[in-house]
Amino acid sequence: MSVDRKTVAKIASLARIKMDEEELDRMVPEFNNIIAFVEQLGEVDTSGVEPMTAVIPQALRLRDDVVDADPLTGGNVREKVLANAPLAEHGFFAVPKVIE
Amino acid sequence: MSSYRIHGTTGEWEVVIGLEVHAQVTSNAKLFSGASTEFGSEPNANVSLVDAAMPGMLPVPNRECIRQAVRTGMAIEAQINKWSRFDRKNYFYADLPQGYQISQLYHPLVGEGQLEISPDEKNPDQTKIIGIERIHVEQDAGKLMHDQHPTMSYVDLNRSGVALMEIVSRPDMRSPAEAGAYVRKLRSILRYVGSCDGNMEEGSMRADVNVSVRKPGGELGTRTETKNVNSVRFVMAAIEHEARRQVDVLEEGGTIVQETRLFDPGTGTTRSMRSKEEAHDYRYFPDPDLLPLELDDAFLEECRASLPELPDAKRKRYIEVLGLSAYNAGVLTAEVDTARWFEALLAETAAAQGKAEAHVAKQAANWLISEFFGALNKVGRSLEDSPVSHAQAAELLALIGKGTISATIGKQVLETMFETGDNAAAIVEREGLTQQSDSGAIEAAVDAVLAANGDKVEQYKAGKEALFGFFVGQTMKAMQGKANPQVVNEVLKAKLG
Repeated sequence: MSVDRKTVAKIASLARIKMDEEELDRMVPEFNNIIAFVEQLGEVDTSGVEPMTAVIPQALRLRDDVVDADPLTGGNVREKVLANAPLAEHGFFAVPKVIE
Repeated sequence: MSSYRIHGTTGEWEVVIGLEVHAQVTSNAKLFSGASTEFGSEPNANVSLVDAAMPGMLPVPNRECIRQAVRTGMAIEAQINKWSRFDRKNYFYADLPQGYQISQLYHPLVGEGQLEISPDEKNPDQTKIIGIERIHVEQDAGKLMHDQHPTMSYVDLNRSGVALMEIVSRPDMRSPAEAGAYVRKLRSILRYVGSCDGNMEEGSMRADVNVSVRKPGGELGTRTETKNVNSVRFVMAAIEHEARRQVDVLEEGGTIVQETRLFDPGTGTTRSMRSKEEAHDYRYFPDPDLLPLELDDAFLEECRASLPELPDAKRKRYIEVLGLSAYNAGVLTAEVDTARWFEALLAETAAAQGKAEAHVAKQAANWLISEFFGALNKVGRSLEDSPVSHAQAAELLALIGKGTISATIGKQVLETMFETGDNAAAIVEREGLTQQSDSGAIEAAVDAVLAANGDKVEQYKAGKEALFGFFVGQTMKAMQGKANPQVVNEVLKAKLG
């Protein structure tokens, strides 16, 4: 499998990444190198092998329905949440207008 | 069942409808974080580092959200998948900090189920089964505000990560009425189960409406999807408009474009929303941050055991065990709040009169629907904020049931209860409204009425039997409505021979 310039341009657009012609030209062989590298896995015969969902066998843990039980994964941390935003106003993230 | 048809210039068209309903799961915390789901908090207050998609944060599913989705699935007799998995739905938008929504495409939690609807409220026995393809669990997105700043949009992530159930129907509906009945029934079940509050105006339940048209019995047409419709009425209006629009396009020789549309409640019309179809390329893949979700039998058993009696079963019981009419049973079971109120009233009424529930159920149901709902309507209230409690209502009903007051006086007492909040017995006592069953007093009143209306007595005896009602009325009037009507009837019959 390999990708062409058009596919790379589409992937960039879906990811909302702007690429000029030169960058696209450079990206196509890079993409194809990565794909070729991963495709080596296809050489392994996996017939009769269950698809692996995790590297180590363990079950999905569930959390209890308790608000802010663990401060690391709870709310009321607006300062922290907004700290890295390029722009925040009145407690909101402020982004360039995005009406379609 | 009469079939709904769009009349075009080339003949009749059939409408095919499928609904995807998004229902917010009732839970304290979000689907994958410990942040609160509370409505109306300060912007970005209920946002954890997980919801803001900070690097290195990992999602851990909330057991309650899974449980509620499973219980919902059981309530629509669906297959519950003990093995399901979360997938990433990739798209970039300012309301989605992760750059993907965690959803379930390939292996949903709940598989095929079904719902029985009664599209015609006056004909509750005319039912239709609507297939449900699946229910999966996913994250809600944040909220964008475009009108607060001239060049900026503001982002509030409080809703980001709140658990939603997406309930996907089969394209089994054929009219706006059926779609409306489906949404109402689904909402009713969600409220019974307690898995979603069903408040469409607050956005905790909204529907994506898929519509296509075809010549009756022909091949399925191309469908459009009208997004985020937030009331039963709007769902019906969107279908009506969209079906008409599609027929017009097709009859003018055009083709239907498979697209996403938006419903405008102001005009009752739909319009195209996204022109770029490539925006739909979501590149789903299993979320590597989450292991498969595996449920054991004990979990499923608890889910099943905690299900309440559902509306269909309750309606059946009201008819078969309590002896209510199909109409009354339908009215009382449609909303869980109404059913709870009725059952509390029934229990208290039965206890107050020392009778079995089945003996007083008809009286209580009729009275609740005709008298009490009417009184509530008059003051613009509902059962939830009723000024008269079910215990107070039961006391009044018992007074009527035991014959202490007549049904007519009961209406008057209820009115006073609404005005003053006083108990029925106190009002009856204070205003001296106790029903007179003493035949001596009634006989005296009857004698006076007959004496004053000698001409009418003659006419009655000559065969004008309709006058009987007049004598009853006059007697009741003479006794300020307090006479026991049964005794009045007996005395009158005896006297008029």
